[in-house]
Amino acid sequence: MTLNSKIPSGPIEKQWDSHRFNLKLVNPANKRRYHIIVVGTGLAGASAAASLAELGYNVTSLCYHESPRRAHSIAAQGGINAPKNYANDGDSVYRLFYDTIKGGDYRAREANVYRLAQVSGSIIDQCVAQGVPFAREYGGLLDNRSFGGAQVSRTFYARGQTGQQLLLGAYSALCRQVDAGQVKFFPRREMLDLVLVDGQARGIIARDLVTGKLETYTCDAVVLATGGYGNTFYLSTMAKASNATAAWRAHRRGALFANPCFTQIHPTCIPVGGAYQSKLTLMSESLRNDGRIWVPKKKSDTRAPNDIPESERDYYLERLYPSFGNLVPRDVASRRAKEMCDNGYGVGQTGQAVYLDFADAIKRLGKEIIGEKYGNLLDMYHEITGEDPYKVPMRIYPAVHYTMGGIWVDYNLMSTIPGLYVLGEANFSDHGANRLGASALMQGLADGYFIIPYTIGDYLASTKFTPVNTNDAAFTSTFSEVEQRIKKLISVNGKRTVDEFHRSLGKIMWDYVGMGRNKAGLQKALQLIPKLREEFWSDVKIVGSSNDMNNELEKAGRVADFLELGELLARDALHREESCGGHFREEYQTEEGEAKRDDEHFSYVAAWEFAGDGKTPVMHKEPLAFEYVKPSQRSYK
Amino acid sequence: MHFTLNVWRQKNRSDTGGFVTYAAKDIPADASFLEMLDVVNAELVKKGEEPIAFDHDCREGICGSCGMMVNGRAHGPNRGVATCELRMRSFQDNDTIVVEPWRATPFPVIKDLVVDRSAFDRIMQAGGFVSVKAGSAPDANAIPVPKVIADEAFDAAACIGCGACVAACKNGSAMLFVSAKISQLALLPQGHAERPQRVERMISQMDVEGFGACSNTEACEAECPKEISVSHIARLNREYLKAGLG
Amino acid sequence: MNKTSTFLQSSVGKKIIMSLSGLFLCSFLVIHLYINLFLFKQDNGQSFDVYAEFMATYPLLRPIEIILFAGFILHAVIGVWLWLQNRRARPVRYKMNEASENSPLASRATFITGTAVFIFLIIHINTFFVQSRFFPTGITMYERVAGAFQNPMYDAFYIAAIGFLSYHLKHGFQSAFQTLGIRNRKQRFLIDTIAVIFWLFIPIGFAAMPLYFLWFH
Ligand SMILES: Cc1cc2nc3c(=O)[nH]c(=O)nc-3n(C[C@H](O)[C@H](O)[C@H](O)COP(=O)(O)OP(=O)(O)OC[C@H]3O[C@@H](n4cnc5c(N)ncnc54)[C@H](O)[C@@H]3O)c2cc1C
Ligand code: HEM
Ligand code: HEM
Ligand code: SF4
Ligand code: F3S
Ligand code: FES
Repeated sequence: MTLNSKIPSGPIEKQWDSHRFNLKLVNPANKRRYHIIVVGTGLAGASAAASLAELGYNVTSLCYHESPRRAHSIAAQGGINAPKNYANDGDSVYRLFYDTIKGGDYRAREANVYRLAQVSGSIIDQCVAQGVPFAREYGGLLDNRSFGGAQVSRTFYARGQTGQQLLLGAYSALCRQVDAGQVKFFPRREMLDLVLVDGQARGIIARDLVTGKLETYTCDAVVLATGGYGNTFYLSTMAKASNATAAWRAHRRGALFANPCFTQIHPTCIPVGGAYQSKLTLMSESLRNDGRIWVPKKKSDTRAPNDIPESERDYYLERLYPSFGNLVPRDVASRRAKEMCDNGYGVGQTGQAVYLDFADAIKRLGKEIIGEKYGNLLDMYHEITGEDPYKVPMRIYPAVHYTMGGIWVDYNLMSTIPGLYVLGEANFSDHGANRLGASALMQGLADGYFIIPYTIGDYLASTKFTPVNTNDAAFTSTFSEVEQRIKKLISVNGKRTVDEFHRSLGKIMWDYVGMGRNKAGLQKALQLIPKLREEFWSDVKIVGSSNDMNNELEKAGRVADFLELGELLARDALHREESCGGHFREEYQTEEGEAKRDDEHFSYVAAWEFAGDGKTPVMHKEPLAFEYVKPSQRSYK
Repeated sequence: MHFTLNVWRQKNRSDTGGFVTYAAKDIPADASFLEMLDVVNAELVKKGEEPIAFDHDCREGICGSCGMMVNGRAHGPNRGVATCELRMRSFQDNDTIVVEPWRATPFPVIKDLVVDRSAFDRIMQAGGFVSVKAGSAPDANAIPVPKVIADEAFDAAACIGCGACVAACKNGSAMLFVSAKISQLALLPQGHAERPQRVERMISQMDVEGFGACSNTEACEAECPKEISVSHIARLNREYLKAGLG
Repeated sequence: MNKTSTFLQSSVGKKIIMSLSGLFLCSFLVIHLYINLFLFKQDNGQSFDVYAEFMATYPLLRPIEIILFAGFILHAVIGVWLWLQNRRARPVRYKMNEASENSPLASRATFITGTAVFIFLIIHINTFFVQSRFFPTGITMYERVAGAFQNPMYDAFYIAAIGFLSYHLKHGFQSAFQTLGIRNRKQRFLIDTIAVIFWLFIPIGFAAMPLYFLWFH
């Protein structure tokens, strides 16, 4: 298989325009004859479903949530980037492009990223017109703030709830199309498989989570916007139900999975408290603007933080990175925190935390100003931990936050399965090995509002579709495969709960495929995961039946897929013998402990092909060419 | 900490359901209410009993999935938090805790504590939007919006659609939820063109769904995890009057 | 017409009628109290009777009387209608409901307090209005009032009813403005101040009357 990324030729500024011109169009009157299924209603899915419906396509939208508005995008806090240059600080499409390529540690496609930067301005226009209440200045114009990895202020935000407001905007556009009859929306439906007819994506099998019934949906093209796979690690900042099943099932049907090992660990999260813990809560990156990170100089120091005198504290980021200090990028901050804890300097009961201290900032600026800037975050911390961060330093620790890898897609966002498009966090496209803050929201909405509406038409207009119906062999056989799998899950009737397996997987992933990876550890993970998977299929306990709402069954199906995806993730990490972005191989670091990229050997996208159960997946390479931004080693000293 | 739970169990929509008592043992004070339920559920599964079904997802108070009556209060005794943000240290050791689903005709119980809130979606579909096609928007800064207006619109827009307002209101009224959207789009200039139709259609859908009428008891504001003010209900009323007179 | 009827049939429309009729009734209370205050004038009811006579005979007042009664009935009928609708929205009660933690009792008791006022009105209007208009016995209105209030039980009933009225208005008066969408910080202050007149001073004025006749006559 050769991967054709379909990157248009010509100068990068003209590529998207000329590509759009060359795309075939579907006659307006014919659009309603095409039926598109959009799975997922996060930023990517809701915006795609709405804008495809606006064009006149017949759209079916579904998600496992009760309402489109509950998709995980709702939880994004910080903001969304766009090079509007409202701040007059020298921003431009090219600068956003440059920052994103560099931030991604030179592992993303230039053409895609340039296009993303180009359309991102229209996203802000669109959202404002929908009534998204972005933060404004007293003059009534939009306010911007700065975010990690950029030296300009280009982040638009709505307090600490930007994702919520953007999603509600996309949701409202979706509501409008449901009202207009252009979109049929099905809540509480989980896609469990993809149906291919003559190699084309022509439908899906989904389970009605209320009645337990399996349903078949037919269509001319499928759009997956099903989010990331961070929950492979069990504990992450993702929502509890976030999962990779849709993407993984598509992968098993032939869609290549790209760069699974590129996972992002966010440095400032509330640390794990105990075994009962179900998820980790993010504390926005912005806290590092005024908070100082430190650990005691003495190992296993059990004194209360305020009893440790200044001279016995190690402000290690300020010590190691005098020029960037506490504001080093996410991957660096995370890795250093882990290193401190691994070396015995960690604090708190578990020793798996470092301090983020506001005492100096409060002394300098006063409690009031700190409250104004970070009040809601500090209150949230207080609510969760019971400790007052105005008085005691916060304890923080890195946590899995985002997955840059995903289903491989070409410039049109189509996967290697004709007619299967993948948008948002579920695809691999734009962030390379590390995502910059405020760029995921931008990508999800760019994909949905401004890219898929153009590119899908080209496929529809140039493809011959044989009529299909749910009784066709392709549908019935996939249907019964799904049915069998559910039966099999229920019939195991072992002793361990689904969560126990998920936690065990999470521990393997975190210990061996987490922030610092090495060959021996990854090989160990590659032994442990298949073993755990076997145990899962012989010892998992699911009570209740499949003909009813059954949360345990839902979770089981998802964990079963994580158990396969986790292995691929480790395999990808093992093969990539370099450190770049979120992927840190301990063997490949500079003398100062920084990531050492190997552009000569690894400047490519690793896209994995499913080869069958128990068979080693096959890797395909899409080489990356950097014509505009020349790769260089990052330094934050 | 130890607790005795008195939980509503109902197999499916048609089941009559009833309360069942469970013991929640050795719960860390820092655990959230939902994590406490996780612990109870894990034990139930081990015993071969069906776990207590409840909706949840983000577990940080933003998705609006979770929601249950905890000791007679929507989202439990604390103000301004969703059930997932409620920590067990808010209770006394050995407390008995009564846990019930939201109760309202338009929110039928699907299973245990899970209710069907799709009525909210249908209200939104009846006009909770600005009609703007992707690509047709003017520049974002073309229309300035005074900061105070934008801030007030944000306060309304913060609604997470959890339904606690309906659950707490003695009339099962959805006015706080509906008013939050009406108010947001009435405040922002972008929403002005469709104001009259929006309020009329959304209210009529709200009535069709079977929600009660507001009698200004203001329980909704007190129980709303986002502390949305009933002043938005006043604005809704005003919008409705204007639409009726206009 | 269609538009008006949908408006009136909607829950918000009905609430608006509730508030307008309620405020209309509040305005009647002011006039009614004003006239009744003449009962306290030490002229053996002469001024009061002048007013009563005028009220009973001045022809232009007939339509106003009808509007007043219609207002009462409208207010009561829609009140009951909304109450039924609201009950239908919550047929299954909570096992445990700490309503006192989130809302004042007065706001939750409007139907009960309103019904109590309604019962009072039937008796009250029968005692004075119906008896004097349709079954005149020649005694003046002042004598009628003085006579009725000689009965301590009747007085106790009045005072209780006025208590209900006070409680009804404690919530109702400000609620009417919220329903009409009049509520910003400045307006709130004004409304809450005026509300005191309605739920405190006016009821005190009314309650003083039976007590006055019981103790000083
Ligand atoms: C705490 C947190 C804070 C963040 N803050 C920021 C930020 O400030 N700025 C930024 O740019 N990014 C941020 N991100 C990242 C960003 O929020 C996500 O990457 C982005 O929202 C993903 O959107 P999506 O549409 O791809 O997927 P999601 O929003 O995850 O939506 C997935 C959808 O797919 C549906 N679905 C999934 N599987 C199935 C299935 N099998 N069947 C049916 N439906 C299915 C779900 O129901 C859901 O509707 C943050 C992430 C987290 C966790
Ligand atoms: C306690 C002191 C009160 C006294 C002494 C009093 C006295 C009277 C009298 C004498 C009349 C007959 C007037 C006429 O027919 O010309 C009357 C009528 C009436 N009263 Fe009262 N009243 C009192 C309280 C109230 C209250 C509290 C209400 C309202 C809730 C009320 C409502 C009415 C109404 C509706 C009528 C008939 C309409 C009218 O004739 O104006 N009264 N009252
Ligand atoms: C002198 C007599 C009365 C006065 C002055 C009065 C006044 C009011 C007012 C101002 C309101 C507020 C409307 C709103 O909420 O917007 C109200 C509400 C109400 N009244 Fe009355 N009312 C009177 C008698 C009655 C009677 C006789 C009933 C009989 C059933 C009644 C039942 C109600 C009800 C059910 C409400 C609605 C409750 C609510 O909205 O909270 N009232 N009333
Ligand atoms: S108004 Fe408040 S209580 Fe009601 S749905 Fe919105 S957030 Fe929940
Ligand atoms: S509690 Fe109910 S009565 Fe109105 S003010 Fe809130 S909707
Ligand atoms: S689980 Fe999302 S709000 Fe509680």
